[in-house]
Amino acid sequence: MMELYLDLISPPCRAVFLFAKALGIPFEFKYVDLIAGQQYSSEFGELNIVAKIPVMKDGGFTLSESTAILKYLVQKYSGSVGDHWFPAGLQQRARANEYLSWQHVNLRAHCSKVFLLRTLFPVIMGFEVLEETMDAALENMKQSLNLLEEKFLQNKQFILGDKISVADVVAVVEIMQPLGIGVDGFEGRPKLIAWRGRVKEELGEELFDDAHKALMQLSGLPEKLKSSSEFEKFKLRFQRFFN
Amino acid sequence: MMELYLDLMSPPCRSVFLFARALRIPFEFKVVDLAAGQQYSKEFGDISIVRKVPVMKDGSFILTESTAILEYLVQKYSGSVADHWFPADLQQRARVNEYLSWQHVNLRAHCSKVFLLRALYQIVMDSEIPKETMDFAVENLKQSLNLLEEKFLQGKPFILGDKISVADVVAVVEIMQPFGTGFDGFEGRPKLIAWRDRVKKELGEKLFEEAHEALMKSSNMPQKLKNSGNFAQLKPILQKFFR
Repeated sequence: MMELYLDLISPPCRAVFLFAKALGIPFEFKYVDLIAGQQYSSEFGELNIVAKIPVMKDGGFTLSESTAILKYLVQKYSGSVGDHWFPAGLQQRARANEYLSWQHVNLRAHCSKVFLLRTLFPVIMGFEVLEETMDAALENMKQSLNLLEEKFLQNKQFILGDKISVADVVAVVEIMQPLGIGVDGFEGRPKLIAWRGRVKEELGEELFDDAHKALMQLSGLPEKLKSSSEFEKFKLRFQRFFN
Repeated sequence: MMELYLDLMSPPCRSVFLFARALRIPFEFKVVDLAAGQQYSKEFGDISIVRKVPVMKDGSFILTESTAILEYLVQKYSGSVADHWFPADLQQRARVNEYLSWQHVNLRAHCSKVFLLRALYQIVMDSEIPKETMDFAVENLKQSLNLLEEKFLQGKPFILGDKISVADVVAVVEIMQPFGTGFDGFEGRPKLIAWRDRVKKELGEKLFEEAHEALMKSSNMPQKLKNSGNFAQLKPILQKFFR
């Protein structure tokens, strides 16, 4: 059976999890505990030298990168996955690709940064993040949310129009991330709140809440991180990231 | 005729330019002079609210994001673009998608950072680059190049195997970027040098040189930027990048 290596505190893991579950695609959930540093183990390194998740293992074929995994699942299960998830039409396909490309260094990067500055930064760097740095990160997140609304969603039901696609799934899980530290990116954005409601309905409300449970119940993260046997690896990687 | 809004100083513009020209896809080259701040003009904002290049305008259909544009061109010209550029096969397609996804916050981000630090930091921040900042940037670049070699290229002629694909084009233009400031990312990496030469040969050596001419002659770029009428406007925007 196909294996998905996941930790649901990670947005790209949630996107893959939500899609596979919603479409009834069978898989074995292999838990990789990020805070414990399991991604840095030599075992996991053999699966993915990049030491990141999600990772998909389908027989002898191993694949990283959530957007690549989503597209693989759409193509493999094309018989049962409705076209609207990743349309074949030239322009619609292009719009899905445009969103999936843009989001890496925009919505994803900025929502993640806000989350990581609050959770990981103080533990890795040994002091609280400067207010100025946090403000800049929040401003970047705001700009990305503005572009999501003005360029990608506009007045449509979903990013591609009337129907949900992988773009909506990939987007929504990123905006949920800062909620893990009490920052509500949806606040004051009724259009986005309505859109999230529609996405939840299409995926299944219980499934959506399930997928976000670990994120919403984050506690003891600093202690767990500090006591991880891989703490030095965390420090090395994230010091470069936070610089 | 299809329009491509480009500045060949930008790696993603070069990949679209190289692909379209190599595959003889007809287009009108519309210059957007980044150093002169043309991406902030009202005119360009009407084309793309994101104010980045490349942008494609095919009839009334406007598309941003180089990887989305490349996939659009492959799909639109499927009759004349050979399969190996973006294979239809499930696993090969997944490998291209995996590379195109990974590169955003890895090779692309790190090559760009080294280039921008060396080219612009001093005139934008009015001070020398802090040694630690440069060291971290170079280390990140090195890690990305290691992953390109160890995960994506391995012992193969091209990223997907025996034949060139859009992944190779998207990769090579990024490693070329730091050359604009005299930094050779290929140095000490014979495997990558050999790969680059294969890519140049497939695309056409003259075309490759032409695409990189502006970059190679950009030593006066900081001065040009400083003297441009827009510098006062551009400075705060550029400063954000370095914070």
